[in-house]
Amino acid sequence: MSPLVSIEGLSVAFNGVPVLHGVDLSLRKGEAIGLVGESGSGKSVTWLAALGLLPRHARVSGSVRLDGREILSAPAATLDQVRGGRVAMIFQDPASALNPVLTIRKQLCEALALHRDLSGDALKVEARRLLDLVGIPDAARRLSAYPHEFSGGQVQRIMIAMALAGNPDLLVADEPTTALDATIQAQILDLLSQIRREMGMAMVLISHDLGVVAENCDRVAVMYAGRIVEEAPATALFDDPWHPYAQGLIGALPPLDGPRRRLTAIPGTVPDPSKMPAGCAFAPRCTVASEQCGVGAPSLAPLGDARAVACIRAEASRRALLGIAAE
Amino acid sequence: MSAPLVEVSAISRTYTMRSGMFGRSTAVHAVDGVSFSIRKGETLGLVGESGSGKSTTGRIVLGLEPPDAGEVRFDGEPMAAPGTREWRAQRARMQMIFQDPLGALDRRLVVAEQVREPLDIHGLGTRAEREVRVQELLRSVELSAQHGRRYPGALSGGQRQRIVLARALATKPDFLVCDEPVSALDVSIQAQVVNLLADLQAQLGLTMLFISHDLRVVRQISNIVAVMYLGRIVETGSADDLFARPQHPYTQALVSASPAPGRRSAGRIVLSGDPPNPAARPSGCAFHPRCPLAIARCVTELPALASVASDRQVACHLVTGPEAQSRDAA
Repeated sequence: MSPLVSIEGLSVAFNGVPVLHGVDLSLRKGEAIGLVGESGSGKSVTWLAALGLLPRHARVSGSVRLDGREILSAPAATLDQVRGGRVAMIFQDPASALNPVLTIRKQLCEALALHRDLSGDALKVEARRLLDLVGIPDAARRLSAYPHEFSGGQVQRIMIAMALAGNPDLLVADEPTTALDATIQAQILDLLSQIRREMGMAMVLISHDLGVVAENCDRVAVMYAGRIVEEAPATALFDDPWHPYAQGLIGALPPLDGPRRRLTAIPGTVPDPSKMPAGCAFAPRCTVASEQCGVGAPSLAPLGDARAVACIRAEASRRALLGIAAE
Repeated sequence: MSAPLVEVSAISRTYTMRSGMFGRSTAVHAVDGVSFSIRKGETLGLVGESGSGKSTTGRIVLGLEPPDAGEVRFDGEPMAAPGTREWRAQRARMQMIFQDPLGALDRRLVVAEQVREPLDIHGLGTRAEREVRVQELLRSVELSAQHGRRYPGALSGGQRQRIVLARALATKPDFLVCDEPVSALDVSIQAQVVNLLADLQAQLGLTMLFISHDLRVVRQISNIVAVMYLGRIVETGSADDLFARPQHPYTQALVSASPAPGRRSAGRIVLSGDPPNPAARPSGCAFHPRCPLAIARCVTELPALASVASDRQVACHLVTGPEAQSRDAA
């Protein structure tokens, strides 16, 4: 099956400082893929660049194909149909994405008029259907409310309704639940996976939270300093991470049950994009790094079925991890 | 078993809030009859969602805000009135760390000077002794003298939080209140700071009140955990056991909502309804509108926090001692 979206060699530089170094990622129809990494790892930039949403001073190169059609340097008219139509995006801070002085009806109808051939009463009926779909109670009455009259979780539901207005094939959700409380986060994630099942929509879930991604995605890509360092099916990645950084991230997460152990913190900090180390960007923080790691940045190499890792010491690192686990 | 350092008995705090420009003022019960005690050298973790009153509780315990009712005792003594000499002496023994280290630091002052400031304020040691102490403090949070000469803007988020921690430890406090100290940090850095806090606590015999919405972090660092919902403690127990066998329906939902790698979302308890609003507190048990198990009694009668096992207290009509155990076994 041909991929829905395929990103190849996507690179981004801001003011001459490279922040994304050749990202390759592809996504099938209906698939949910998670993108994890810490602040500055490039997980959001990847999708902002792919959809042409970065400011003009950003230099973007590579290729992004949607159903085989190149969209990276596509004309604005094409992009306008893609964004909000075939590909929709929701963000961490939903309140700032809505206009505070317009009613929800007005904003939903605007999105619907742009992407669907609807007008008049049909628009209003559809707006109400969408609000019902995302679980806003009393949708008919709430349509005439303003954004501030809704709670944070409800505003994110409204954003999801707006994202669904164009019947997208792909929803890019950038930290959609980070600002929400745990029980509300569970509601929103539940809603997203329910909608995805019903509409057969693909989803990219960008998050710093490994647990959120693990529970809601089929496949996960781990990013570090502007590169994908490991890609694997969600369960495989968490049961048996190969890249030392992925191992570190999982080890740094305190367990919720079982015996408490000292956390295995990753020493040091993420490198400054303008002072990137030569070779593997993770090498200065890596416990199994060898001299070779400083020579060149390892590329993402396939590893058995459906997995890939960018590390020349992956085998050694994994053995070390299993050795410790066996003790 | 050591004596309690901090004893909080039935503290309450009510704010009045006006809804809209001409709206009537309503009373918001931020904290409503909260009691707990923390033994010397131990950590109490306080978890809850926004509006649960956990931060207000922390502020009252520190004496930053007076309780409307109830009392806080520190080392056997009641908290002195703010501004008095006794209060200053007590305050030097207790310190606080917040979520946002950049907001807690002065951007125009090198960080070593900010670490020294509490020593100046409380007049501890000679000038030379203070300098030595600053270097000692920087080392204790695993930073170098070189880091001390930088401005907050030139440090990473994790390093800034270490500086805030070093400053909090300057007066050799006995008691530390940490309000979401690692929530703004990335996972790998969060682990560094959590480990550091645990090490320092063991070395210095610190007593801590650790406030966070993150169940994992709270469990990692606490001995006892208390779960708050709309201003009240709904469940408390040992950190090892509480999240493994939650009894209160709210704690169960909270644990279930906490995502775990390697587990799919199937079987997750998803609460219906809106997040709680402290200004419109439901009658009876405040959790009843969202509770999947609520019965008629929950609507009218407020459940008291009662012991259901040797180290577990739960405020729920449906959870009682022997019953809870049989439900657990089933």
